[in-house]
Amino acid sequence: MATIRIPTPLRPYTNGQSDLTVSGETVGQVLDSLVQQYPALRPHIFNENGELRPFVNLFIGEENINDLQGTTTPVKDGDRILLIPSIAGG
Amino acid sequence: MTILSIPAELLQELSHHLEVAYPDEGAGFLLGESQGGLRRVRAILPLPNAREPSARHNRFLITPQDYAQAEQRAAQEACDVLGVFHSHPDSPNIPSEFDRQWALPYFVYLITTVNQGKATHHRVWLLREDRSAFDEIPLQTGEEVISSSYPSPIS
Repeated sequence: MATIRIPTPLRPYTNGQSDLTVSGETVGQVLDSLVQQYPALRPHIFNENGELRPFVNLFIGEENINDLQGTTTPVKDGDRILLIPSIAGG
Repeated sequence: MTILSIPAELLQELSHHLEVAYPDEGAGFLLGESQGGLRRVRAILPLPNAREPSARHNRFLITPQDYAQAEQRAAQEACDVLGVFHSHPDSPNIPSEFDRQWALPYFVYLITTVNQGKATHHRVWLLREDRSAFDEIPLQTGEEVISSSYPSPIS
């Protein structure tokens, strides 16, 4: 099991919890478990095509998963995953 | 109903940051506390626009690293990151489609028109739960309401 850190604007969808314990052998599986437990999170993490929204950044420790294997990056017991949004607009 | 309350001196400080950024877009975070529907700003965190220079006139970006620092600072001050402020240089302070695509729920989005280098009008917006559009929410400075409901521009 890994823990995933939820940023402030998404905590209303996790009953106010900031750190969640979630199962999964890859980052993608962890995210699937997360949105199964908290379905209201889904539209804010994934777009209509099931792709990660552009503001979603995931780090294992200090490493961005985009610099690893993306959503297929393996997750070990005790890993801490940080979900940190980029903020953009125009 | 959600209302954003910000002290006049913080609104002035925020305006100054956006005027200095002109003709580029400026941006930063609003820190404070939520009490029911009232979001009360206690501090602002002006940040550099991390977009490439050629895009900064109509785009802004705050990096994940800056976001993480904002959450850290909010935790130190026993408050929350309430939302984001940014400018629309020489343009209406209405959220763009790009704003909607990148918006986060719960956050308030304060948008300021900066006309010819001068911050002139502020409006505040909240993303709908289904992400389909923004709704405008009132902005209070002290007891004064300086912005109230308008039709949503994106539907």
